[in-house]
Amino acid sequence: MGGKGEYGKVKAKKPRRPFNKTRLKNQFLGVVKNPFNLIVAISLIVLFCLIVIPLLQMIASTFTVAKGELRRIRGAQVGDFTLYYWKYLLVGQMASATLWGPLKNSLFCGFMTVLVSVPLGSVLGWLVARTDIPCKKLLGMLVVIPYMIPSWCKSLAWLAVFRNKTSGSLGFLAGMGISVPDWLAYGPIAIVLCMSLHYYAFSYIHVQSALRSINSELEEMGEICGATKPQILKSITIPLVLPSVLSAIVMTLSKAIGTYGVAANLGNRIGYFTLATKMKNFINGSPQGVGYAMSIILIALAALIIFANQRIVGVRKSYATIGGKGGRSTEMRLGKAKAPLMIFLVVFLFFAMVMPMFVLVMETFQINTGGGYALKNLTTYNWIGANEDLAPYYTSYKGIFYNKDFGKSVLNTIRLTFIASTITALCGQFLGYISTRGRGKWYGSLTEQLVFIPYLMSGVAFSAMYVAMFSKPHLGGLIPTLYGTFTLIVLTSVVKHFPFASRSGTANMMQIAVELEEAAEINGAGFGRKMARIVLPLAKNGFISGFMLTFISIAKELDLIIIMMDNRTTTMSYLAFTYSQEGLNQMADAISVCVLLFILVCYIIANAFGADIGKSW
Amino acid sequence: MSRIELKHIDKFYGDNHVLRDINLVIEDGDFMTLLGPSGCGKTTTLRVVSGLEKPQNGIMTIDGEEMINADLAYYAEPSKRGLNLVFQSYALWPHMTVKENIAFGLKIKKLSKEEIDRRIKEALRMMRIEEYIDRYPNELSGGQQQRVAIARAVASNPKLLLLDEPLSNLDARLRVDMRSELQRIHKELGTTIIYVTHDQVEALTMSTKIALFKAGELSQVAAPMELYMNPIDLEAADFIGNPRINFLEGKAQYKDGKLHVKCELNEYTFDKADMTDEEVPDGEFDCVVAIRPEQVHIFEEAAPGRVAVQVYANQPAGSETLVSLKIGNSDFLSKQIGLIHYALDQEVFVEIPEEKINIYNAKTTRLIKRAR
Repeated sequence: MGGKGEYGKVKAKKPRRPFNKTRLKNQFLGVVKNPFNLIVAISLIVLFCLIVIPLLQMIASTFTVAKGELRRIRGAQVGDFTLYYWKYLLVGQMASATLWGPLKNSLFCGFMTVLVSVPLGSVLGWLVARTDIPCKKLLGMLVVIPYMIPSWCKSLAWLAVFRNKTSGSLGFLAGMGISVPDWLAYGPIAIVLCMSLHYYAFSYIHVQSALRSINSELEEMGEICGATKPQILKSITIPLVLPSVLSAIVMTLSKAIGTYGVAANLGNRIGYFTLATKMKNFINGSPQGVGYAMSIILIALAALIIFANQRIVGVRKSYATIGGKGGRSTEMRLGKAKAPLMIFLVVFLFFAMVMPMFVLVMETFQINTGGGYALKNLTTYNWIGANEDLAPYYTSYKGIFYNKDFGKSVLNTIRLTFIASTITALCGQFLGYISTRGRGKWYGSLTEQLVFIPYLMSGVAFSAMYVAMFSKPHLGGLIPTLYGTFTLIVLTSVVKHFPFASRSGTANMMQIAVELEEAAEINGAGFGRKMARIVLPLAKNGFISGFMLTFISIAKELDLIIIMMDNRTTTMSYLAFTYSQEGLNQMADAISVCVLLFILVCYIIANAFGADIGKSW
Repeated sequence: MSRIELKHIDKFYGDNHVLRDINLVIEDGDFMTLLGPSGCGKTTTLRVVSGLEKPQNGIMTIDGEEMINADLAYYAEPSKRGLNLVFQSYALWPHMTVKENIAFGLKIKKLSKEEIDRRIKEALRMMRIEEYIDRYPNELSGGQQQRVAIARAVASNPKLLLLDEPLSNLDARLRVDMRSELQRIHKELGTTIIYVTHDQVEALTMSTKIALFKAGELSQVAAPMELYMNPIDLEAADFIGNPRINFLEGKAQYKDGKLHVKCELNEYTFDKADMTDEEVPDGEFDCVVAIRPEQVHIFEEAAPGRVAVQVYANQPAGSETLVSLKIGNSDFLSKQIGLIHYALDQEVFVEIPEEKINIYNAKTTRLIKRAR
């Protein structure tokens, strides 16, 4: 032992011992006897099989000749290496129609959506978080309602309002005699506006919570220094929330580029394709390899955007939370601006929510969609029409409550959401447990990284990957062909929601102090008992709210499962989408209304368990 | 009741060497306090003893039975070590009542229902919280939760009771109460206790022995009063005692079997018998004269052996008065019992019992002359 100076000189050195049998045996027993290690090992293997291998498999399949292309590639055998798909996509005669055009459209829609939705959401967030705008609580609630509505429902509502002669039956405006041009009813403008009305919620939630966490004393200090309100906004408030705005931009952009449902509903009719819609055509048709190549491009695009965000925001991101110590927040008085801002809000909510929903609901009662709301044009047949002979007079099907497909789709939806969200939420808790208890250890960070991968992929790209993986048997039939099965749909939904579920699991497990577990260990509880008696009871509430949010998210899902759907596995979302594509608008609308009600009920239940809507993407 | 022996314990977190060759024997029935500033390794040592941490090096035995043998990668499970632990955060399971919290470990031990009930009652009676048996932890105050945590640990009849800063979340008054409570438990149960704290008052008041930690090493193991009177180095001296010990720079020389020390306050000569085994440099060397504030006695009149100093500041605080004194370039503190008033800059005379003075080698910071 010596003076203080010597401590620095002692170089830490871990012991290295010669080989010893007992030691090896004890080490082995130490690892094997602890069930936690077993769980970690199993989770890592499963994650590897469900995430890494499918990704590699899909990449490989874009370089391998498939049966369908045998005739097109001269002298090739199935399974040969080929650049055919990538050449077809990147430099072929059709390249501009298959890739560059849709890519341009995707990017255009993505960036325009950001341009509209981020300022909109940020302003709304600021109004609710920091100003003295009246009826704040109500506003705060109303503003997130559009986010609960699936984006594809919004596109149906859009069509209900703007549909024109191009797609057969007229919409609300055309029915009133106002001529709606194609460029407004369909295509990029419609897509951008629809997506903006959905994704502004990202910016709203981000900015609002960032503003809430920033101490308003920072702003008051600016006031004391003599800054005017615009100056304070410009040089204090905005720079402080900028990191959250940036991450909202990134989320919006990556989501918007990958969105399928909206783009398909509003674009396909006039031949306006985005990467996501074009890709789906290839995967359902041929050559599939081209579709997979496109989905790799989509994944790369999303990864690039998120990576760029981390580089730009990365370090600076932290201060939004560091400054969040003081919870006190004084409101900014809007003064004369209050009235115009209120009007803006009311108008916004009317056009974003009330009117489309009204038109959507009303359309389900109309005989002719453009025929106005006169009593002679209204009917309940679309809902409860049972007489088949009358069907041609309405929409050529019986009312949806007597429609076998609808009944089947309701059952499918409930079955899928229940099974998938139960599995997802359970896995999420376990993954969260591994991430929190393994924090700073290699397996903790590896789990976190693996689980993050599905987040990079848009729904269509992700399911394309699974279709590629499971369209043929693996391991000599040990993993059978799952193509077209309900199992595959469940599996896809589960894995795609891993990032979200494990995040909620992590947050949940963080709340359970490690000491509570250690106290149980000291008292002699084994791993099983510790889990059953301590961890699970304490994780229960977080589990239920995580489960509900996953449940809703899966119930809303269209993009993710659309590639895999067939007659037997149809869900409500998919049925509405098909009817809409077939021009059976009243039917499609009626189903969306049912989906909406279903989701709203779920939200109310979720809220009762303390779930936060803001965490549900 | 058990005797714990730690031999050459090393613990690494990654490349961070947090425990450096810890050797410590805790005798049967000891109340051993692990004392040191935060981050010095005392809690890690406790967790190694409990089995929640596995050291990379070393051996630990409890009553001669090997619990840790790092060479063989053998680590007995916490529950097989016959101990119990009270966490700093109490770690009461919030979804169980007080009764269920205490019964948890007893049920695992497969005790009969009557025995479990008896033990719960006994533990609650000892901690004087019988009336809270059916409450949930969040319906109890901090002090009550603390008592439940201790009751839970005690109910399992551990041979060894580990306490990790159990009083740090309590307010000052409760802390004093709990200190006497813990002393009583130690006496009633006769259990060996290992107690971790950064509070030297807790350490000095309750322990039978204190192990002082410094940057992952053990710097001194001694009985409380010995630790207080003869801290092994300057850092330990500075850490132990409130108000802090006075350090005065001086010169020392060892000549003819005697240690001669000069400082601004006085000149002293000490016998070899009072010196430690530390090696002393040849010739004159820098030393530090360390004097506890309560050993500085102030008089208004001059007398042989008294030194004239100036009053720099005066802080009466009811039961005691702290007086800052100045002589030349040195200033030092005196603690007087009761309310005493001195005028600032007043000349007073101090007397310091020579046998109570510690001398440290300034270069090595080690103690060279002991107090008696």
